[in-house]
Amino acid sequence: MTPPVKERWKFWLTTLLVFVVVGAAISVPIIRSRMKRAARLQQQTEEQARRELVQTVPMNPSDPRVKAKLFWLSDSDSSALAPVTVELPLSSDPVLRSKQVLNTLLAGPVDVELRTLPPDAVLLAFYILPDGTAIADFSEALATSIPSGIASEQLAVDSMARTLEANVPEVKRLKILIHGQEVETLAGHVDLTGTFVVHADTTPGPANPVAAPAAGKVGAIAAPTLTAGSSAVKLAQQ
Amino acid sequence: MLLDVGNSQRPRLLFILGIAFLFLAGAMMTHALQTPSQTQQSARSESSQIPTPPSGQSATPVPTGPQSSAQASQNGLSVVVLDPAHGGTDLGARGTGGIQESEIVMEFTAEVRKALEQQGFQVVQTRQANDNPSFDDRSAIANAQRNAVFITLHIASTGLPGTVRVYVNSDLPAVTTANGFIPWDRAQAPFLGLSRKLGDLVQGMLTQRFKGSPDTAQSATIRQLRTTAAPAIAVEVSSVVVNDRADLDHMASGVADAIARGVAAFKPLYVVPTTGGVQP
Repeated sequence: MTPPVKERWKFWLTTLLVFVVVGAAISVPIIRSRMKRAARLQQQTEEQARRELVQTVPMNPSDPRVKAKLFWLSDSDSSALAPVTVELPLSSDPVLRSKQVLNTLLAGPVDVELRTLPPDAVLLAFYILPDGTAIADFSEALATSIPSGIASEQLAVDSMARTLEANVPEVKRLKILIHGQEVETLAGHVDLTGTFVVHADTTPGPANPVAAPAAGKVGAIAAPTLTAGSSAVKLAQQ
Repeated sequence: MLLDVGNSQRPRLLFILGIAFLFLAGAMMTHALQTPSQTQQSARSESSQIPTPPSGQSATPVPTGPQSSAQASQNGLSVVVLDPAHGGTDLGARGTGGIQESEIVMEFTAEVRKALEQQGFQVVQTRQANDNPSFDDRSAIANAQRNAVFITLHIASTGLPGTVRVYVNSDLPAVTTANGFIPWDRAQAPFLGLSRKLGDLVQGMLTQRFKGSPDTAQSATIRQLRTTAAPAIAVEVSSVVVNDRADLDHMASGVADAIARGVAAFKPLYVVPTTGGVQP
């Protein structure tokens, strides 16, 4: 004897409801975990790509060994810089040479107390514009790991500028970017909107120069984000 | 049974409930799918963010102290703008035992304010509470004053504890436009000479009290000073890395007294140029 039509409806609908509830309970966590895994994989891929881009420039043993001057903190006065002579095989190409000396500067001196830059900071890209302005792009750690303060930030910038001055005559000015972006300050104090004089015999560049990447010398970033920043006039004279 | 309805209504009711449940399950699955992708999207948009210049830079022209030379000469230095650095979410330097620069500078500012007011100066602060005005907002407060000097107060995370350093801005090429205005981002340029005099005087007073401090003011490319149209210095106390917070607290009155005496000594030197746009 077959059940009445209404009873069949009730049976099938109840079964359907049970399936939907069970299906949702099983599938939602699975979908969530898959999406998380996919997001993690994507992050790993980006991180891998970044590491490949930013890997330090290896020293070429066939390059002539020269006595490079690197500026870290003075062991007699921690508020000043002192040159340390290190024999390194340096490239004759100014961009490669700059990367090599800056990476050595980042690696730090034997006495870690005398370092000027945080150990986890990475030089992401470096190139030199035709007018001698060098663009150095660092990872965010340069800004986040440096001890906050006017003195420490100024010493960090000065150590880079003085090291480039001593080893790469082609660099006239230095512009510092953080992760491809122009930032207002290094860690709340020292102004990064302008350029730093590297060779004192050159006139300082504009605070916000309009820059274009040098062909064939661009590293991790496609184009600098500098803006023509001569802002509107605001102060009146009477 | 499920509800107290007639037997003929039950299949229809169950059917409607089933459809509603399907919609609910569908919505849950859609939400589960969308959540991670939205996170990725926001991360992408953050990483591709391009900085923009401060929005206030093309705003109202601000009259300056020394540029309004006649009036400044008549009135002389009367206002000191004190800038307790950092604040809000920007804690500044952080030391042992929870010492925060943004908090300590407020205490130093209160002491400096008291000492300056005793010397007869009117004091204006760039922040009164635990907030964090932008560099431009702080400069705007100073640039709105006449016959003023600007002092930004900091506590370092490095340096010999118990010493104090005074900084003036590094050289800036002075620029004046044809209509006699000074560009906002070069506002400090015409004042660098006066800033140097003020810095050396304050540093001298501080060094008398805090041995091991430099004899003269140092130069640094300080963002806060660049847009300030007044004699402007930064005072940085070393440091947040002290064993006992009381060591810093004890310095406050000495720092305040030295700054007040330095500013008082600078007052007769606050002579302004008679022509605008020339570095004093």
